[in-house]
Amino acid sequence: MERIHTLAIQQTCDIGFISKVEEASGQHISKCYQCGNCTASCAYTHVYDYPVNQIMRLVQLGQKKAVLQSRSIWLCATCQACTTRCPNNLDVARIMETLRIMSRQENMVAERDIELFYHEFLESIKAFGRVFETGLLPMFSLKAGKPFTDMDLAPRVLKKGKLAFLPQRIKGRKQVAAIFHRFEAHQLKRTEELRQAGLTQPVEGDSHPDECE
Amino acid sequence: MRIGVFVCQCGTNIASTVETEAVAREALQHPDVVYATSYMYTCSEPGQQQIQRAIQEENLQGVVVAACSPRMHEPTFRRAVEKAGLNRFMFEMANIREHVSWISNDRQANTRKAAELVHMAVAKLRFNHPLSPSRVAINKRVLVIGGGVAGIQAALDCAEGGLEVVLVERQPSIGGKMAKLDKTFPTIDCSSCILGPKMVDVAQKENIRLYACSEVESVAGYIGNFSVQIRRKATCVDWNLCTGCGLCMEKCPAKKVPDHFNEDLGNTRAIGIPFPQAIPKKATIDKEHCRQFTRGKCGVCKKICPVGAIDYEMEDEFISEDFGAIIVATGFDLFDHSSYGEYGGGRFPDVISGLQYERILSASGPFGGHIQRPSDGRQPRNIVFIACVGSRDASVDRPYCSGVCCMYIAKQAILTRDHLPDSNCYVFYMDIRSPGKNYDEFVRRAQEEYGVNYIRGRVGKIYPKNNHLIVQGADTLLGAQVEVEADLVVLATGVEASAGARELAEKLRISYDQYGFYMESHPKLRPVETNTAGVYLAGVCQGPKDIPSSVAQGSAAAAKVQALFSRDTIETSPQVALVNERACVACGKCIQVCPFGAIQWKELRGGIQKAEVLPSVCQGCGLCNATCPPKAVQLQHCTDNQILAEIDVLCA
Amino acid sequence: MKRRIAYYQGCSLEGLAIEYDTSTRAVCEALDVELVEIPDWSCCGSTPAHSHDALLSAVLAGRNLAIAESTGCELAMTPCPGCLKSLKGALQAFHNQSERDVFLEILAMPFTGHIKAISILQLLYEIIGVDEISRRVIRPLNDLVLAPYYGCLLSRPAQFAEFDDPENPISMDELLVGAGAKLVDFPYKTECCGATYGVTRNQIVARLTGRILDMAAGLGAQAIVVACPLCQQNLDLRQSQVNRYWKRRFDIPVVYITQLLGLALGLEPEQLAWDKLFVEPDWPLTAPAVERDHLEKAQS
Repeated sequence: MERIHTLAIQQTCDIGFISKVEEASGQHISKCYQCGNCTASCAYTHVYDYPVNQIMRLVQLGQKKAVLQSRSIWLCATCQACTTRCPNNLDVARIMETLRIMSRQENMVAERDIELFYHEFLESIKAFGRVFETGLLPMFSLKAGKPFTDMDLAPRVLKKGKLAFLPQRIKGRKQVAAIFHRFEAHQLKRTEELRQAGLTQPVEGDSHPDECE
Repeated sequence: MRIGVFVCQCGTNIASTVETEAVAREALQHPDVVYATSYMYTCSEPGQQQIQRAIQEENLQGVVVAACSPRMHEPTFRRAVEKAGLNRFMFEMANIREHVSWISNDRQANTRKAAELVHMAVAKLRFNHPLSPSRVAINKRVLVIGGGVAGIQAALDCAEGGLEVVLVERQPSIGGKMAKLDKTFPTIDCSSCILGPKMVDVAQKENIRLYACSEVESVAGYIGNFSVQIRRKATCVDWNLCTGCGLCMEKCPAKKVPDHFNEDLGNTRAIGIPFPQAIPKKATIDKEHCRQFTRGKCGVCKKICPVGAIDYEMEDEFISEDFGAIIVATGFDLFDHSSYGEYGGGRFPDVISGLQYERILSASGPFGGHIQRPSDGRQPRNIVFIACVGSRDASVDRPYCSGVCCMYIAKQAILTRDHLPDSNCYVFYMDIRSPGKNYDEFVRRAQEEYGVNYIRGRVGKIYPKNNHLIVQGADTLLGAQVEVEADLVVLATGVEASAGARELAEKLRISYDQYGFYMESHPKLRPVETNTAGVYLAGVCQGPKDIPSSVAQGSAAAAKVQALFSRDTIETSPQVALVNERACVACGKCIQVCPFGAIQWKELRGGIQKAEVLPSVCQGCGLCNATCPPKAVQLQHCTDNQILAEIDVLCA
Repeated sequence: MKRRIAYYQGCSLEGLAIEYDTSTRAVCEALDVELVEIPDWSCCGSTPAHSHDALLSAVLAGRNLAIAESTGCELAMTPCPGCLKSLKGALQAFHNQSERDVFLEILAMPFTGHIKAISILQLLYEIIGVDEISRRVIRPLNDLVLAPYYGCLLSRPAQFAEFDDPENPISMDELLVGAGAKLVDFPYKTECCGATYGVTRNQIVARLTGRILDMAAGLGAQAIVVACPLCQQNLDLRQSQVNRYWKRRFDIPVVYITQLLGLALGLEPEQLAWDKLFVEPDWPLTAPAVERDHLEKAQS
């Protein structure tokens, strides 16, 4: 987290960002009155850079870069405690998820290895149709540069005979892969449509380079 | 008929989206319209003079004003035309503000609609006739419903002015919620010490009759002449005999009866007086727990009562009383915090409501004023207060601020630190709302002088651990999650409409908002009136408020009644139904549909039956007019001809 | 008559949560429920998919429901709350007018949306019922003191889960009491276990599961009962990592509700894959046999 010092509110507020978050999450962000119940309920506050209520506040102020570059949105586990207890019926977890997706789309991910794990997970589904746990972990560890991840557990797991050495290749794996392809094509088409309608933001997301010092 | 049309610009309220000049010009095209103009503020003194001048100079026989809602200024203009010599019913109003200029920015369409509304008003006016009101006598007795501090104040002020007052209270004693409070903010004066004398006054005033344990069953009539049926619930004790000695309470063998006066923190007996200062000081049997009723045998109180007041066979009694005005002061209930699962949903005995803590603090409370935990009687060391439980919370359908909780928890925290100097008090709050006189200073004192720890944030969860309660909250100023190990948690439970508030409103024909609070006639300018003439409001039944405001409203409602009763008669509206006897076929349908019982049979010579409207009872709703097959019943000032004339020009 | 219910096993139940699969199948069999495994099922996409895009997640899960519909079942049951969330997300996308077309376009399979997705707890608690299950108990879990742990997703958020209470769920409590067990009043029923961060941030998991284990141990629970493969994995497999992180010696078995109910219904530990647990119970699995012998005698 970069510490925000004096914030020029008018110059740094990205109105388009606020409406994009609202549209994608289906939530009305101005409903948040900063009671802090989400932060009080969140099991992950101790690892966040901004507690959840401050993420909500930053979105209200249109602080796109600070939000999308925050670690918090990637460390949220969508456990629903915030959503369950929000007095204003905001689906806070959904907003966090929306921000996570946007941060990847805008290439602003702070927690690269978590994104990498998700990526490898989806690659595994694309390849085999199901997740191949035995293959996923070493692949992730290698690419994340953490070769010893969970090495302590491996012998015990193997002893219990809980991991397969070969992936379950389901018959419909091509069908699953096709879903990915159609989805990606749909995404491209949509981005193109938005670009032609002049609705997209600069991809690098650096429209306000001065917002954080 | 010579008609004048006056189109108001209402400053820019109307003129910004309606071409008022064009509306006036078009009005001149309609038959009988001989004068039309537009003016900036028609309701102002010069605006009214303009109408009066035109009536004289143009010899007008009817006037149309196109302006705001008739609810706003119809009485103003009626008075104005009357002063210039016209009958007040030779006036019509077209609403081109609320119905036109405020709801659309389309200037062209607005101008079109405004012109059409004016056309309709003119068309109707051509069928208007002068009508004159009659007068009826006012019954100068007042009914006060609810014996909390607002109702007590209203009753005392009315009685002070010499009026005859009937005070109806649902509970066995008056005093309401205030009687349960220990001290009051911001002066920390003892609640029962300041309320007690007023309660005694109610009992002693000769012109106040108190019906405790009673409820309003039905209401008929109208301003000046209400007829009210009151249900006096069976107390199973003859209050004419009961001396309030309390012997029955001492000897009653049913000892595990939840003590509602103490917010169920302790037990009481199945017969007794709710609290020592109760007014009336009479015993009541709780049938739900009395062994005579649950097991069919006991009879201890009957045997012991020295005056033979016990009567197990007693049944509810109904009495009818007539009044000229009604003051509603039915108060509130406390939000039930069991819907907060994250705070234990009512499962943890040491997570209590604000009113429960009030009883704990009170010397007459279940623990004699010693602060202790309901679960084990241990003296708490760390006490957490949580604000906004059942207030400002849309997820439990209570989005409004209860207005008193910030202050009462500051008071309770101060009292706690006073009683237990070694204790620590923590207040979780979202905002501090303390706009009363000396209120914010009081909250500052809680922090500066009494060392109460205020933490800005809500609490997410409370759970028990090792005989403590872990309070897991946020300090949003710090941007951190915080945890307090508490011994006792007090929830600042909010205010909600009293149980049965909606049903009573239906009986009184007054309106209420979506949360059950009664609607005042105007939020600023008519704060104690309702839209039913002769029915007034006082206290929290109208919306959350504190004791000073409730008392002020009680006095205000009493003043309104005094003003009403300063006259001997009251005008009745001539806008009532009228039967054309020649057309009436005596089918009786109008008698069936009339909600007010205002139509009856009348026998003409030769035994012929015809319907007849009692003008003093008729409310002018028009149901009979719409129902009558031969159209013999016509609502004056809203006849079929008048309405059809409006529709005709609209469809032309 | 046997109930036919489509069964969505999910990837975890093929690997680290194999005992959940084994015991679910065994318990359903014992309760006359025919589980129809969804033919050639694929991964629901789990957290990585819905963190990538809600639509992708919906379609990946939707493929399985589309196949499930072809089996003629009206209900699809999954033991995994994560999978359940994805399956319900698919139905939500389908029933949302603005999303339906693109959802079906990417799915490219026939789908009517008539099928309903439920959890194993919903099947046991709402469809079969506590009374029915307790009636069939032949080996009550006498004297066993348990901490019921539901995790975050089973009943939350309330409008989405449409099951049990979001703050104080009781379905598993009632099933266990019905099977003769004693319960501790467990305040961490719905606290998060660390979810998918086992691999990427196992210190988070160690911290969060440590609190849960500590609470259960402090209340004297002999086991924590779960209904989620991820919770079980974090609490059981990673208990050794938790012990290193907190410098503690937790030794609390973390067992699936289906394993315990299976025992109560008279199934043998082998049928319920008890040997697959990492932290093994130090209490006898089949006691007390007396009542069972008594019952068999009575039958013969």
